[in-house]
Amino acid sequence: MASVNSYVNTSVNHPYIPSTDSERAEMLGVIGVDSLDGLLGDIPAEHRHPSLNLAPGLSEQELSSVFVTIAAENASSSNGYISFLGAGAYSHYIPSTVRSILQRGEFVTAYTPYQPEAAQGTLQVGFEFQTVICQLTGMEVANAGMYDGPTAFAEACLMAARVTKRTRVGVLSSIDARLPDTLRAYSKYQGIEIVSIDPDVLEIPDDLACIGIQSPNFFGGIEDVERLTELAHASGALSVVHVNPTALGMFKAPGEFDVDIVTADGQPLGVPMAFGGPYVGLFACKKAHIRQMPGRIIGRTTDTKGRTGYALTLQTREQHIRRERATSNICTSTQLIGLMVTVYVATLGKQGMKDLSNLCYQKAHYAASEINRLADFSVDVSGTFFHEFVVSCPTDPARVNAALLRQKIIGGLDISDRSDNGMLICVTETSSKADIDRLVAALSEIGVTS
Amino acid sequence: MTISTGAGDVDRRLLMDRSVAGRRAFTLPESDVPAQGLPDSAFLRDDVELPEVSQLEVIRYFSVLSQLNFSIDTNFYPLGSCTMKYNPKINDELSNLPGLADIHPLQPDETVQGAIRLLKGLQDDLGEITGLPGVSLAPLAGAQGEYAGLLIARAYHEARNDSERVVAIVPDSAHGTNPASAAMAGLEVATVRSDEQGNVDVENLRELADGRTAVFMLTIPNTLGLFEPNILEITKIIHDAGGLVYADGANLNALLGIVKLGDLGVDICHSNLHKTFSTPHGGGGPGSGPVMVTDELAKFLPKPVAELTGDGYVLTTHAESIGAINGFHGSFSIAARAYAYIKALGLEGLRSVSENAVISANYIQAKLKDKYALAADRYCMHETVLSASLQKKRGVAGLDIAKRLLDFGIHAPTMYFPMIVDEALMVEPTESESKETLDHFIAVMRQIDDEIDASPELVLEAPHDLPVTRLDEAKAARRPVLRWTADE
Repeated sequence: MASVNSYVNTSVNHPYIPSTDSERAEMLGVIGVDSLDGLLGDIPAEHRHPSLNLAPGLSEQELSSVFVTIAAENASSSNGYISFLGAGAYSHYIPSTVRSILQRGEFVTAYTPYQPEAAQGTLQVGFEFQTVICQLTGMEVANAGMYDGPTAFAEACLMAARVTKRTRVGVLSSIDARLPDTLRAYSKYQGIEIVSIDPDVLEIPDDLACIGIQSPNFFGGIEDVERLTELAHASGALSVVHVNPTALGMFKAPGEFDVDIVTADGQPLGVPMAFGGPYVGLFACKKAHIRQMPGRIIGRTTDTKGRTGYALTLQTREQHIRRERATSNICTSTQLIGLMVTVYVATLGKQGMKDLSNLCYQKAHYAASEINRLADFSVDVSGTFFHEFVVSCPTDPARVNAALLRQKIIGGLDISDRSDNGMLICVTETSSKADIDRLVAALSEIGVTS
Repeated sequence: MTISTGAGDVDRRLLMDRSVAGRRAFTLPESDVPAQGLPDSAFLRDDVELPEVSQLEVIRYFSVLSQLNFSIDTNFYPLGSCTMKYNPKINDELSNLPGLADIHPLQPDETVQGAIRLLKGLQDDLGEITGLPGVSLAPLAGAQGEYAGLLIARAYHEARNDSERVVAIVPDSAHGTNPASAAMAGLEVATVRSDEQGNVDVENLRELADGRTAVFMLTIPNTLGLFEPNILEITKIIHDAGGLVYADGANLNALLGIVKLGDLGVDICHSNLHKTFSTPHGGGGPGSGPVMVTDELAKFLPKPVAELTGDGYVLTTHAESIGAINGFHGSFSIAARAYAYIKALGLEGLRSVSENAVISANYIQAKLKDKYALAADRYCMHETVLSASLQKKRGVAGLDIAKRLLDFGIHAPTMYFPMIVDEALMVEPTESESKETLDHFIAVMRQIDDEIDASPELVLEAPHDLPVTRLDEAKAARRPVLRWTADE
């Protein structure tokens, strides 16, 4: 027991903890106990102050060294690798404005805006976020953010089930498996059945809550959202469309097709890939369905002096009021990532989003046509696609990727489980023509030797 | 006042109202590839309605907005149950290093050995701290960790063909996500009462625990900031009935190095990295809610779990896993921050965190209990729940006191929670705050109590000096305006 308070008894404080020995002693005196243990009487004595196998604390300088070493053990653009991975996380240039605003501790270290008078900054940003998500998707209303794309999609399907009072959810067979996987985890005990639907289907079962569509789909292709939405509506189902927001700079917005719910991962909009998170889920829908929408919503109102202000609203849908009858258990809006998205879209603006979409499209189509010229590789370029496409490899894509990696090229995603010897390649504005040519040359060599 | 609003009112116009055709904040490079044919125009949209502003306007707009916020960096933020501690700046910096911020989640394991080693390191540390060695960092927030925990409990019972277990027992003092997550997991919610001391009513629990009990969800310390003195008896009652014990780790900041949840009979818990382990709250996320379990339950953990094998570090998923609960591997850069925090503090530092958090909360309680009633008159852990019931009799509600605190640059405590306490004001100072700050808070709380008699309008109409006074929330809900539109 002697060692337990050894830290506390040293005369030097940790930089994160201000109270000194004498201040602690004074406070304990006011409380009326001799030592900390006097406050811990409710904890079973035999389990108090267990031994723990944890290393001693590090100085900031030592900590930095540990992290620099960890970071150097990863392959990224910072140590000379080029990458053509997409499939749900995308490499994009992040403008200085996003990085700069993200340094504002007033945004970073605030809590959820439950006291609106002391959180007008966070709230107005959230209102701007809802606005840009509506503008990009062409939808009427958006919430303040979900965890990520797949959870937003899962919640959208559950919302469709609530709106239609139906329990079968149709999901196109061309979508990213991460979407129905997450839906399965969310709906396992809600009596929801997931039905796979072919994208070319001419009729659907008449008891579906929705058709879940991804466009661009997992393979990069643009789906006929208009036709599928009409098909859904004809049988009383909703249309749920999962989009890539970068594509919305040039491709028609789902709102133009009478879609009911739109979801997306906000990551491409200024958020680092960061090995998978944190990202933000985008969620927009028709105004008519708003009371079934999950997540936080920010609304405009006025104060007692008639001035404009913003506050969380429609909270009776949420878990802290509704408890087990809430629309979702979600208790975050991933606000900080929403801030990054908002600053990103504001920075790119009307022309920038258009230019960005077009640049991704141009580079990906150049890469696809160059790879398609190779004798041993082919790309189906007959359909409309955005910045991802499937390459048919002459051999197991894992072998192709291993060979590419030796040349510091991280190839596309091996999707041979869904497409014969298929590799899903993504090209964004961060790949130069030289990078693309390097990939094509490397593939050309592999084709010859495999 | 702590909020600088400059001379006069702040320009609150929205971005679209600042937009001027032709302005730009950013340009993209020219395309360096031969021009490619565009798709059929039927696919193309005409225009995207988005702001057109200069780069300075972007920076100034968001910078000025930030100044309308209270934050830990600028204000004392004693928000109970939220653990608003200092968020070390080095953690933000390190999590954004090249090699961490720019790696793709689907890169082959061999190209992300550092990242997976970091995840494994955090798993090991969280397992050690909680005494529950099976860890998945996948959950993206506390509510997701809690939901994952419930799915694990259900998977455990199902694997034993014990399919009648469909009830989650939840205390009446529980956070709203507990029953909401239980409902999502298809569990019926049975509520166990708290006794007059704020503890779980053990006799009531004994009546409720039976062959239908899947899991008992208990926040430790509980939402009154109290440690359940009967914890060993409670976990035994649940285990004897064949159920599992899930601990909501929202209040883990009280327990670091003081007690391990696994030693108390807890089977499953989650921890909010954005509370106990100092990652920023960000104005409402991103969070991270790792789930920790006993060895026996580890095979049910959500996807993925980091492991060290003969071939190096790998991300794995057990055949009996509850599967994916979100897109990739959880909040990696949040995990990186938490790992940095644990490494910076080390064993003795983490102990010191909880010790100081407990002492500070009890100090505030001792200095205010002659003016404010206590939810339970006994030593608390890391937070104290005051009741404004005495003040309410004098015409001022807990809400009014909370709003008046804002005028002094102090964020309000958590109000009206837990629901079993009349006019609750839940105060959690954390270990980050100096004695001078605690003394200032105590003095302000005492002054507000005096104001109730001397000049009640000061309290009833507060806040006075913030960017807005009290907002008409009923109007916001009745006629929702949720976005900018052109025709206003």
